[in-house]
Amino acid sequence: MATPSDAVEAPGDPVLPVGVPAARIRGRSPWYLAWLRLRRNRISLAFGALFLLIVLFCLAAPLWADQVAHTGPNENHITDTVMIDGQQTDVVSPDGTPIGPGLHGRYLLGADQNGRDVMVRLMYGGRTSIYIGVAAAAITTVLAVLVGLLCGYYRGWVDATLSRIMDVVWAFPVLLLGIALGTALALGGLKIGALQIAGDSLWIPIMIIGLVYVPYMARPIRGEILALREKEFMEAAVAQGKGPVRIMVSELLPNVVSTIIVFFTLNIANNMLLESALSFLGAGVRAPNASWGTMIADGYQTIYTAPHLTIVPGLMIVLTVLSLNVFGDGLRDALDPRAKIRLEH
Amino acid sequence: MVAVLFAISVLVFLIFNVIPNSDPAARIAGKNADPELIARVSADLGLDQPLYVQYLTMMKQIFTGQLTSYASSQNVVEQIWKGLPATLSLCIGAAVLWMVLAIWFGYLSAVHAGKFTDRALTILSLVGISVPVFWLAAILLYYLSFKAELFPTSGYVPLSRDPLDWAYHLILPWLTLAVLYVGFYSRVLRSNMLDVMNDDHVRTARAKGISERQVRIKHVLRNSMIPVVTLFGLDFGAVVGGGAILTETVFNLNGVGLYAGQAIGTLDLPPLIGVTMFGAFFIVLFNTLVDVAYAFLDPRIRIGEAAPV
Repeated sequence: MATPSDAVEAPGDPVLPVGVPAARIRGRSPWYLAWLRLRRNRISLAFGALFLLIVLFCLAAPLWADQVAHTGPNENHITDTVMIDGQQTDVVSPDGTPIGPGLHGRYLLGADQNGRDVMVRLMYGGRTSIYIGVAAAAITTVLAVLVGLLCGYYRGWVDATLSRIMDVVWAFPVLLLGIALGTALALGGLKIGALQIAGDSLWIPIMIIGLVYVPYMARPIRGEILALREKEFMEAAVAQGKGPVRIMVSELLPNVVSTIIVFFTLNIANNMLLESALSFLGAGVRAPNASWGTMIADGYQTIYTAPHLTIVPGLMIVLTVLSLNVFGDGLRDALDPRAKIRLEH
Repeated sequence: MVAVLFAISVLVFLIFNVIPNSDPAARIAGKNADPELIARVSADLGLDQPLYVQYLTMMKQIFTGQLTSYASSQNVVEQIWKGLPATLSLCIGAAVLWMVLAIWFGYLSAVHAGKFTDRALTILSLVGISVPVFWLAAILLYYLSFKAELFPTSGYVPLSRDPLDWAYHLILPWLTLAVLYVGFYSRVLRSNMLDVMNDDHVRTARAKGISERQVRIKHVLRNSMIPVVTLFGLDFGAVVGGGAILTETVFNLNGVGLYAGQAIGTLDLPPLIGVTMFGAFFIVLFNTLVDVAYAFLDPRIRIGEAAPV
């Protein structure tokens, strides 16, 4: 019988065309081959496109705010009224219940307890959430690659020291560490020499989220570097007289780029989840900044009277994170069909 | 193990004592306290001592069970102890659920790889790892407890008082906590099973004439479990040690996580350091247990070979 894995392993390995003279076959770089494989994975591409759409949606926030909603993300309209079905309706009724979603131009997704336009807030909040996700992933990636390269290349005491530090962060519950840092830093901000970050700055959650996931990415990279180090091309590089930095940057790094790309994508997804959790617990994004996490935290207070305030931003998080996860998964299959790398949460 | 715990305790201590840029005593004494009061609070809590003395005092208090909260002067160890039944009920139940479902889904997915079952389960598990836990909890509460009135809205009923009511109150929290891990583990298990299926020993087993079912369960599934067990050790420790904080907060379960959550709001160091140490202890403990469990799953390790992970 055919083993089940036939159907899933290396879905799009390109088959050389039969009967074509060898001279006419175009040279195929690994990247081109990966693209060919990715192109056949329609689901992955669709979700990749979905992520781009969500990003565009959030980027269009000022446009929507100015042209359609005529209000900003933090403007209150508690005492305003809007026309719904030809009737003047309070944006926030006297008992504190805001209007729900509906096709009424402004307030397409309803209003919140303060009469703020949920659609506008959603678009601006998405900017914050995605910004944090990407920026934190960039920090994680840079640090993890650095640690992975140093550990894998130098081994010995460098590896021992850095690995022990990673172990400590690893054994620390991610959420507790994030919360502890989040609350501590939000009080007085951060001052390290010339670097000053205010307590309500977005860079606080970005730094925290960027830091806590470093071990999860550094470990696999270190493993790969350790394996690569034993390969013959390393001997060739040493024989050429290349120094440690050049070997790391021009010999080892290009070999782990595909791993890094996959991790980066999946890391954004995880970061966005962590951001929402921290914001929900009050240790992430601070007012007046809105993020999808803080929108849920606000909306959750009135979930029984105005459920849309909780449901809508949550759905956006699910869609965004899902699109990144599916796309990242497809990327991994495409870049290295045999790889066993995976992002441990 | 001890070294990691030590490092973590120092880390938490530093996070709360060095970063905030403000005097903890001033925080405790209140917004408009005069300098005298602040000085007295400071002396009372030993905050005027050098940092390493404060650290040593705190460690001594943890191990003698005398650590008390700054904010409420309750005994931290006692509070953690009190939260343990709810947390353990939540975590053990959820862990059983997530392991059973993950093994089942992962197995089905691998056996039907590439077919509809596999596709559907893969999408489901990806959705599972993409849903914010607290949001899922809120949505379940809203639709199943509030709208459909199928489940109670929140709270914890001790097992000793009424086992049925205990389970009834915990069904939604169990589900919520399990979803992420089901999605994650079933995918790990699936990919491992697909790898193992091509191993020589599986072909040998088939050649011996063992039924396909037996091959899959005894030779493929069993050998694919090692990474899942590793993950389980890490995750279960983390969940018990405060990782269930979101689920406990939304469902209002008086567990260790909720206790930590409340301490965060008031920046109360002793409970946080207590819970974190407690959590790290569980993580380290379960890591050790996992190493032992390897020996059962992979006989090679028993004769002194390195773990193949």
